[in-house]
Amino acid sequence: MDLENQKRVKDLAEKYGAENVVVLIGGGEAESAGLAAETVTAGDPTFAGPLAGVPLGLKVYHAVEQEFKDAVDAEVYDDQIGMMEMVLDVDAIVEEVGSMRKAHTKY
Amino acid sequence: MSIFNENSKVIVIGDRDGIPGPAMEECIKTTPAEVIFSATECFV
Repeated sequence: MDLENQKRVKDLAEKYGAENVVVLIGGGEAESAGLAAETVTAGDPTFAGPLAGVPLGLKVYHAVEQEFKDAVDAEVYDDQIGMMEMVLDVDAIVEEVGSMRKAHTKY
Repeated sequence: MSIFNENSKVIVIGDRDGIPGPAMEECIKTTPAEVIFSATECFV
């Protein structure tokens, strides 16, 4: 996750309360999606950005996860995301992001 | 139980090579949650 966005996430979690914040990611590859999920839960694994050593423990989901699909209108989801869902490696993304969430989310 | 409720503040981190921010924002508009930040990252 780029450094500017890390700072935004950190500031917003402080402002609104980490327990209220949900991070929704749309990374196209399982690896990058997993890194983003790790960054907002356990802290920046590359130790380059403002979230290095800052385990925010936020709730994090990827847009192709069933939990997100169940939470939004199905027709809008199909219009906006259905096409990309077909070309992404959904199983790998769900595995990566889900494992980070289970291991590091505090809320 | 839904992952979103009326207290949910959502940070959207889209990906130009995956799912862009605005597409996820449109979906969140159908829930009680509020989007507080949205970006679309690009790794190129």
